[in-house]
Amino acid sequence: MNIEIEDIAKDFGTGRALYAVSLSIPSGALIALLGPSGSGKTTLLRILAGLEYPTSGRVRFDGADATGLSVQDRRAGFVFQSYALFRHMTVFENVAYGLRARPRRTRPPEAEIARRVTRLLELIQLPDIGPRYPNQLSGGQRQRVALARALAIEPRMLLLDEPFGALDARVRKDLCQGLREIHDRTGLTTVFVTHDQDEAMALADLVVVMSMGRIEQVGRPAEIRARPATDFVRAFTAA
Amino acid sequence: MSDIAPTRPVPVTTEPPLVRALLIGLAVAFVALFLFAPLVTVFAEALAEGGRGVIAALSLPDARAAIAMTLTIAAIAVPLNAVFGIAAAWAIAKFDFRGKAVLITLIDLPFSVSPVVAGLTLVLLFGANSALGAWLMANDIRIVFALPGIVLATLFVTFPFVARELIPVMIEQGRAEEEAALTLGAPGWRIFLTVTLPNTRWALLYGVLLSNARAMGEFGAVAVVSGKIRGETATMPTMVEMFYNEYLSVAAFSLAAVLALLALLTLLLKSLLEWRHADLLAATRRH
Ligand SMILES: Nc1ncnc2c1ncn2[C@@H]1O[C@H](COP(=O)(O)OP(=O)(O)O)[C@@H](O)[C@H]1O
Ligand SMILES: [Mg+2]
Repeated sequence: MNIEIEDIAKDFGTGRALYAVSLSIPSGALIALLGPSGSGKTTLLRILAGLEYPTSGRVRFDGADATGLSVQDRRAGFVFQSYALFRHMTVFENVAYGLRARPRRTRPPEAEIARRVTRLLELIQLPDIGPRYPNQLSGGQRQRVALARALAIEPRMLLLDEPFGALDARVRKDLCQGLREIHDRTGLTTVFVTHDQDEAMALADLVVVMSMGRIEQVGRPAEIRARPATDFVRAFTAA
Repeated sequence: MSDIAPTRPVPVTTEPPLVRALLIGLAVAFVALFLFAPLVTVFAEALAEGGRGVIAALSLPDARAAIAMTLTIAAIAVPLNAVFGIAAAWAIAKFDFRGKAVLITLIDLPFSVSPVVAGLTLVLLFGANSALGAWLMANDIRIVFALPGIVLATLFVTFPFVARELIPVMIEQGRAEEEAALTLGAPGWRIFLTVTLPNTRWALLYGVLLSNARAMGEFGAVAVVSGKIRGETATMPTMVEMFYNEYLSVAAFSLAAVLALLALLTLLLKSLLEWRHADLLAATRRH
């Protein structure tokens, strides 16, 4: 599914988080929103998910206006920065949540739900952790469970907020690889937020560099490295 | 290095034995004097004339009416305040709106207003001398000196308990899990039932137990609005006082013992639930 962001601006009571940002995300791409803390990356991602409404501008999914669409109707698989796993549910129940929450006529039977959850746990290479609770998992395992939970709803796109932020370097590398593989296998349009340029450059097809609520440059990693469009991009990618 | 080698290894996380003994002794003495002794006295006085005395006292029509009254009031007031407390805590913890600070202050009001004043206010508002009271009387609706008035007074004094327990827990847990459920397509009511409530159920249980204890034990506000009519509006605490003033010591303490037993029962219930769900309890608490 392709995503069009047209002049999206966002004011919070305390100030402006986004200034009329426009961006076109081709179907099936793996995109990184890269920028320092406070540059508006999370805000833009939440607007795509429908968790935040823009002050002005529109969002289109496959050409259709989605600006006023509710979170539930957007079917965006979202991986939160702190994972936001349901702490009182087992891993199995977490992953099954989205399927069980469907209205009766589209809800798969319980046996089918179990089959799908099992398949997802295999996909994230944690086939045996179904009965565990989130607080019995390592950070990397939580992150993968959050990804499986997001994938369970058969999302139209995948949105990840600093998915590797809180993890140590080795786990991070593995999970980056894992995300790339899952993206390539599912073909989902994927947007992930990061403040780490190495991560963005290594993983993404297209990098969107942001600063202070504006997009500074959009380009392939090699392009951005070779021809930074602004002083900010030059300084940020040199760091 | 040798100059700082200790002669005896002292664990760094404990106090010297003397201090420990003193602190433990103090705590035990305090518990014995202020918690245990009164409880024992109540049961001892109730049993002064043996088990038959207790049975006879509790068979008095006034005593039985008071027990029924108190249980009825708790059964009405506690669920109502649980619902209100959940709604208020949810609104305060998960949404931003104007007047939030005012609402938080209002919830605490019953803590700072004397129960007797609260009772008097109800009498003034609904009593025969007010316009509202006159209208109610003309339409044969009895509020003051009747069950509705006592329920209102009880609702007022137990107002803050559930909300007060829930608000900090809900704020601490934030909105992330609810937002996750939203992105997974769950409708609002389902999120509330499957995410918000289960995550706060221990705080809710605790708030309900506190609220229940207070509802059954309330004296001041209820004494004023009920008019303490024996066999009709008298509750257990007000009946205890009346028996005691009439030198019916066994009756007074028997009724007081039942009240204490009800309180112990709620505590037992809570411990039982905590024990049965220990694994879940561990899972839902963040460390
Ligand atoms: N809910 C909010 N209320 C008020 N201001 C916010 C809120 N969310 C984000 N902001 C502000 O918007 C700006 C962009 O924040 P954010 O999108 O979180 O940046 P990033 O994810 O790039 O670190 C920051 O200045 C932040 O303080
Ligand atoms: Mg952010």
